[in-house]
Amino acid sequence: MRQTLKKAFIATVPVLAGYLALGFGFGIILNANGYGIFVAFIMSLFIYAGSMQYVAVGLLVSDASLITVAVTTFVVNVRHLFYGISMLDKYKGIGKIKAYLMFALTDETYSLLCNDNPIVPESRKKQYYFFVSLLDHMYWIIGCVLGATVGSLVKFNSEGIDFVLTALFVTIFLEQWLTSKKHVSAIIGVAVTALCLIIFGSESFLIPAMIMITILLSLYKEGNENA
Amino acid sequence: MLDLHTLEIIAVIAIVTALLRIFPFIVFSKSAKTPKIVEKLGKLLPFAVMGMLVVYCLKDISFTSVSGFLPPLISCIIVGVTYTWKRNTIVSIVLGVVCNMILVQIVF
Repeated sequence: MRQTLKKAFIATVPVLAGYLALGFGFGIILNANGYGIFVAFIMSLFIYAGSMQYVAVGLLVSDASLITVAVTTFVVNVRHLFYGISMLDKYKGIGKIKAYLMFALTDETYSLLCNDNPIVPESRKKQYYFFVSLLDHMYWIIGCVLGATVGSLVKFNSEGIDFVLTALFVTIFLEQWLTSKKHVSAIIGVAVTALCLIIFGSESFLIPAMIMITILLSLYKEGNENA
Repeated sequence: MLDLHTLEIIAVIAIVTALLRIFPFIVFSKSAKTPKIVEKLGKLLPFAVMGMLVVYCLKDISFTSVSGFLPPLISCIIVGVTYTWKRNTIVSIVLGVVCNMILVQIVF
């Protein structure tokens, strides 16, 4: 168990850096808008979704209606539907912790777990999934609470620090690219999303992009290995 | 500023987010065997999704001014080149972020 925890920790170090920075930024913004440490804590504990929490600050400040909140959340987080589909087999028959693993499936946790991790033996996979999910969640809570705490005390220019997430996704994208032979799926993902961004604009491109990606990948026929 | 409506908003966001994450597992748990097409999507999606997320992160760049696209572009190239070269996630991320912060705060 120690071994697995250690491996999970090493794998999550980039997320640790990313979540501390991003959570910290969120805490500072939340604090600047008059919400305290407690709100930062319950949001990071129960919502646990990076970009959505940033959007949520605007909703809180504008006292948005619950319908608006629900629709906005759906649009911002609808991409999570994809993650579950990729994890169906891995989380199958995993027992009691499955509820938590499903809840904690963020962009970053997904990106760490969606690839086969040869570093853990089959018998330890369950533990590994759990530790990665839990560690990421803890980093996020610590980052958010820390930001809300420090936000009121110290002023510093963190502009540009949100690039952490972009950088994380670029490295994962490259890792997948460099270790697989076919790149059809990766190219479809980039090209379709970019195309939809140009056509539909940055507010509403994600849903059409997801629909098109799903259709194109469903039609894709060739050998699926390493696509 | 902790009133009932604040808690309601947080609760709604939490519930919708959790439902989106759990939905695929509920839909495909009934049948013992996952449909072939969903299995295929499950295998192919991680590659497409990472591409989608990279574009998603860069969605706010604008090409109307140099400062609108050069910082993230240069930073991305630094991450890409250093990662392809050294394959060290943390080093690449730190270099990219520091570069981006310098560009955003000082250069542009």
